[in-house]
Amino acid sequence: MAPIIQYIESYLGSNQTPGGAGNMFWALVYILLVFVGLSVAVIAMNWLERKILAHMQVRLGPMRVGPHGLLQPIADALKLLLKEDIMPAEADAALFWVAPFVVVLAAFTVFVVVPFGPTHAITDMNIGILFMLGVSSLSVLGIVMAGWASNSHYPLIGALRSSAQMVSYEVAMGLAVVSAVLMTSLNPTGTGTLSMIGIVQAQLAQGEWFIFKFFPLGLTAFFIFAVAMVAETNRAPFDLAEAESELTAGFHTEYSGFRWSLFFLAEYSAMIAVSSIAVTLWLGGWLRPFPNLLDGSTWDLVFSLFPGAAFIFLAAMCFFNAARMPKHPFFRIQTIGLAGFGAVLGLIGLVLLIPGVRVRVQDIFWFAAKVAAFMYLYIWYRGTFPRYRFDQLMKMGWKVLLPLGLAVLILTASVALLQEKIWHP
Amino acid sequence: MLLGGVLVITRKNPVHSALALIVTLLAQASIYLMLYAPFVAGVQIILYAGGIMVLFLFVIMLVSIDRSVRERQFNSQWVVGMIAATALGGLLIAVYTKGTSIFPDRALSIVEGDNTQQVATMLYGQYMFAFEIASLLLLVAIIGAVVMAKKRI
Amino acid sequence: MESMLHITTLHYLVLGAALFLLGVIGVLTRRNVVIVLMSIELILNAVNLNLVAFSRLWGGVHGQVFAIFVITDAAAEAAVGLGILIAFFRNKETVNIDEVNLLKW
Repeated sequence: MAPIIQYIESYLGSNQTPGGAGNMFWALVYILLVFVGLSVAVIAMNWLERKILAHMQVRLGPMRVGPHGLLQPIADALKLLLKEDIMPAEADAALFWVAPFVVVLAAFTVFVVVPFGPTHAITDMNIGILFMLGVSSLSVLGIVMAGWASNSHYPLIGALRSSAQMVSYEVAMGLAVVSAVLMTSLNPTGTGTLSMIGIVQAQLAQGEWFIFKFFPLGLTAFFIFAVAMVAETNRAPFDLAEAESELTAGFHTEYSGFRWSLFFLAEYSAMIAVSSIAVTLWLGGWLRPFPNLLDGSTWDLVFSLFPGAAFIFLAAMCFFNAARMPKHPFFRIQTIGLAGFGAVLGLIGLVLLIPGVRVRVQDIFWFAAKVAAFMYLYIWYRGTFPRYRFDQLMKMGWKVLLPLGLAVLILTASVALLQEKIWHP
Repeated sequence: MLLGGVLVITRKNPVHSALALIVTLLAQASIYLMLYAPFVAGVQIILYAGGIMVLFLFVIMLVSIDRSVRERQFNSQWVVGMIAATALGGLLIAVYTKGTSIFPDRALSIVEGDNTQQVATMLYGQYMFAFEIASLLLLVAIIGAVVMAKKRI
Repeated sequence: MESMLHITTLHYLVLGAALFLLGVIGVLTRRNVVIVLMSIELILNAVNLNLVAFSRLWGGVHGQVFAIFVITDAAAEAAVGLGILIAFFRNKETVNIDEVNLLKW
């Protein structure tokens, strides 16, 4: 037992990602952790989406399955797994099988370079951001294959529309990303970098998150990326290709049961992936708010209490709602369930307050909190905005976002050059 | 990668060929990584596998292939083609077996840190003219593709 | 076993040559125009592999820059080629290159 703890301790003190250190065992552990974390996040997203959307529409959402619908995602997953697996008659069997896996593969491989902390990434590739953009563009191929293999009109049109939309908004995304990467080259050390961890460290070294840099250029670039990433993942208000009232669910019409759940999993993972790109590039990755302005050990202490405090707050809300449950014998088991859930959350919060754990978990917590804010924005958009018509969508992608992205890029480059040469030579 | 290449040229269904080509391109990207060229690997994935192959798949779907799948798939001149390819293969084998002595068998230094910076310095410095010409070429290609695919010019 | 696993430049060049051969066979023997265009992409990839292998051998990044230009060129040519294909298909309703014989005497 002691050598194992020693091994774990000796690794935790290293200052490299497992991929950088060439350490296969820890890389596998990280991959497993990311996989599990992602699955939990997708399940939580399912529940959160239905509840938050419902509350925005002045209704309650799922309340029956578990206490306040907490077991609803599990019920959904069970239903999808047990559904009959239908394949259309004339469909291309090989493509039909392969398409969901390609989309899921593309959505999950992106997480290899996502930085949860200065050493908490699976690996830190030299071309991190390029890799992420490239692999997320491979999901377009899976969608096209899915639409083609279904051998029916609606999926084909949905797939073509969806892939045309994704490809168009990839261009705008790329331009916004380039203008953010440009800002990394204004380091005191002088060289820019494409690696994700390097980008966050550049933000730390320059003392401001890139969203506030060269105001309003960083903000505009962030805005372009935020719009393009919603269009890239086929979410409202750009979900023409898969909305139920438009094309009877678009490219995944003919998929049922487990295969559909793969598409669903891939969509939420892609949402989390592009949100983490946005968080890393503009919002400072794993940095806590005001890392340079409010530094010093007392502020560090204050900010490091946040993870534990957040979980304890959630636990308090659970207990409060458990106390508010109707006092009817039918609701007893739900009350007990909710109180138990609250107890688990409280325990996690208490564990996160231990000083040793507190310091390490901090980075991951801030990163996850920012990505969670983006997820809330996604759900908010879905509840608020009406859907774009397809020609309006394409017009906006090419005629509005692309020139805006080019303008932001050119202006950022000019201002960066001015800063280098004239203001701080 | 070779299996992907063989599948590209032998499948009847063009969609299967396109998929085999995607597999080949991704394998090529990983070979670039083995050759310590991460930037070219990234460009390959984004442009080739994520852009050009999507274009190919779109066109394959627009062009109806139901008839062509049932037709004969190899050319009428395939005998001559195979003879020419065999001759080319023989030439290449001859070149490679005779010329192995010119490749120095030294182990090179593994510099991984700044491949992108080096490529960028060279691209925007020494090859700037070619860079501009390439952008002009892309503009011409865009105009050409739009004109060619229009219904009425 | 040790000497077998040592991958020299020659191995990459042979792989590139094999891909090139496959592409040439595809161009010369297939009837479907789309597959001919895809074989041309195979040829270009083989050339890229050679370029990057030599760039690794001689140490500079010139080969990689050239490979990036080749990829850009391939994109442009695929776009125009497919445009021509669509225009041709609209007139003739077939993707068979044996039927492209309007200029034949």
